[in-house]
Amino acid sequence: MTEKVTTLQKVEAGLARRHRKELIFKTTGMIATGIGVLFLAVFFYTLLIKGSSAFQQSYLLLDIEFSADVIAPGGQLDLEYADYDGIVRAALRKELPEVTDRSERRQLYRLVSVGAAYQVQDAIAAQPELLGETRAIWVPASANVDMLVKGNIDAAIDEELRTLSDQQIGWIERLDEAGRLDLKFNAALFSHGDSREPELAGIKGAMMGSFFMLIVTIALSFPIGVAAAIYLEEFAPRNRWSDLVEVNINNLAAVPSIVFGLLGLAVFINWMGLPRSAPLVGGLVLTLLTLPVIIIASRASIKAVPPSIREAALGLGASRMQVVFHHVLPLAMPGMLTGAIIGMSRALGESAPLLMIGMIAFIVDVPGSFADPSTALPVQIYLWADSPERAFAERTSAAIIVLLAFLLLMNLTAVIIRRRMERKW
Amino acid sequence: MVATLKNYRQRDTEMAANTENTAEKRRKAAVPDYHEQEIELGRETVGHVRCEEPFMVAENVNVHYGDNHAIRDVTLEIGKKEVVALIGPSGCGKSTFLRCLNRMNDSIESARVTGSITLDGADIYSKEQDPVALRARVGMVFQKPNPFPKSIYDNVAYGPRIHGLASDRAELDTIVHSSLERAGLLKEVKDRLDEPGTSLSGGQQQRLCIARTIAVNPEVILMDEPCSALDPIATARIEDLMDELCEDYAIVIVTHSMQQAARVSRRVAYFHLGYLVEVDDTDKVFTNPQHKLTEDYITGRIG
Ligand SMILES: Nc1ncnc2c1ncn2[C@@H]1O[C@H](COP(=O)(O)OP(=O)(O)OP(=O)(O)O)[C@@H](O)[C@H]1O
Ligand SMILES: [Mg+2]
Repeated sequence: MTEKVTTLQKVEAGLARRHRKELIFKTTGMIATGIGVLFLAVFFYTLLIKGSSAFQQSYLLLDIEFSADVIAPGGQLDLEYADYDGIVRAALRKELPEVTDRSERRQLYRLVSVGAAYQVQDAIAAQPELLGETRAIWVPASANVDMLVKGNIDAAIDEELRTLSDQQIGWIERLDEAGRLDLKFNAALFSHGDSREPELAGIKGAMMGSFFMLIVTIALSFPIGVAAAIYLEEFAPRNRWSDLVEVNINNLAAVPSIVFGLLGLAVFINWMGLPRSAPLVGGLVLTLLTLPVIIIASRASIKAVPPSIREAALGLGASRMQVVFHHVLPLAMPGMLTGAIIGMSRALGESAPLLMIGMIAFIVDVPGSFADPSTALPVQIYLWADSPERAFAERTSAAIIVLLAFLLLMNLTAVIIRRRMERKW
Repeated sequence: MVATLKNYRQRDTEMAANTENTAEKRRKAAVPDYHEQEIELGRETVGHVRCEEPFMVAENVNVHYGDNHAIRDVTLEIGKKEVVALIGPSGCGKSTFLRCLNRMNDSIESARVTGSITLDGADIYSKEQDPVALRARVGMVFQKPNPFPKSIYDNVAYGPRIHGLASDRAELDTIVHSSLERAGLLKEVKDRLDEPGTSLSGGQQQRLCIARTIAVNPEVILMDEPCSALDPIATARIEDLMDELCEDYAIVIVTHSMQQAARVSRRVAYFHLGYLVEVDDTDKVFTNPQHKLTEDYITGRIG
């Protein structure tokens, strides 16, 4: 009886200390989480502030005259070599007729993007019946105009220090008052490849490059990774060789990704002669990179299948193949898919190995196949971040936002798959 | 048969009462060191290892797990349509021996089986013997119910499917229904065959596992403590089922319950530290054990 009391007393004596420890641990945990969330919030906030403006772009409304003299000299439609620049300039002159001086006019022409001429060309190519007509068309303004509109160029500072002169700013204000200048959704960002002109630069080329690469990566690394995991878990004898393979796979997962790029350069490009800068090679390199991740995740989820299920199937006379394909694989699949998607999102965000295989080239055309030269989203971000133009800064942030959106989407898919397919046993 | 069974059941209650009485005494008596005795007690199995109509015959079977000699020189015959109970203290090798009979030990890498085991005269460890075919003839029910995470129907249909026992859906339906019926589960689940097998209660799951095993129509059924996780009612059901099944199959059952061994088996094999100490007719072992170790075990002094 007395013993019991002393036990209780001892416990009670220690209780306060235990509770205190618990409290300290809990607060520390909350502080740590808070710091993490804070950093994340700051990161997203600055990114959104900087990048969101890139989703809009300044456009000028010009009365374009599809003059037959220029586009079809001598009655023959000359889509290829007509002076579309001249057409755009004429429209601009009509807007501000008082500008007559040659050098002033040259200043005036700088307000409109070189992309305007392409737009006129595309319009007449799509609708030849426009010939001889005059239409009001929204054409992209130059990056400097755009920066002024978005408040990135301060009109108050000394004229010498900004890229727009007082005169140009005056014209822009007049165009704005006439309702000829407006911010519109920047479709070019999603429909163009890279460009030297910020207002024409888009991420479609990089997105397609990333897309083709991920196709190659998933098509190769998932089946190979799952097959390797199944073999290692279910069939390979446990001996020194399988230990060696295991250690090596775990090591591969930790190898810096640039090493895989060097390997890809040496093997796929120099030795096998595959094309440089191609998503095919990028995909192969990323396959090497994600394979260990997928193998490790798949092995873990195969291991998690209870042995009693295997025994039940074996006891009924199922062969080892049947055990694997009828029971182990369906139960391990959610884990494997999750691993694959996490591997894919790592591959999507990878840039270092792609630099090694030439995917950092300046490529304007949107790739149409696995062998076309292209870049990838993270590399595009790197390229733009390196550009001196002010207008590329916001595009860099916008590209990061797009990349993050894709990553979020993929990780969300992983979570949903896990929730959906998870079964209890 | 029925009369003897009744006898056993009567004796169960007596034995239970007996155990109560001796419990005090036993606690006071020093536990004998059986590792010492192991050396001095002769290793000849006492009783009758042979039976009239042998179907499965194990001759001088030894099993090693690495350096651990788990089964030592065991010889035992299992007759057609006979229930043999394997009893003995924990770790004596009952499960190991049972798993030898359908080569489940193959999947344990460290396990090495020597000696010979024949099924209907054919060596089951020979090179020509495919373990898949063997396991279709020698089914197994495990200690813990382990239904597949599939529907009840698919659980039972799995064996027939992989062995191609049914030529069409209707035939498969018949097999599934009759197997569930014989396992005494059909009444409870016939409206919910599409529900997962894991949604059943423990006792129902175990009967599902039995249904799954008999759906393949094996010749021998091995059961490793099939009732250890079940309540007395579910246990009684499964014991009744065994009574029925032994009209068609040979059954080898591992059990820790002497009462259960007495109720369901015709012969009892007592294992001790890897040795098969005594085999004989059930009533003989329980009323008049020949070996001192057997006597100590069934009177509750070991285990
Ligand atoms: N997979 C294994 N690997 C290594 N040793 C094993 C393995 N399974 C069993 N053993 C060993 O073999 C011996 C016999 O084990 P077994 O499982 O056959 O005992 P058992 O009689 O079934 O015991 P219980 O009544 O507790 O189930 C034990 O010493 C055990 O440690
Ligand atoms: Mg056991």
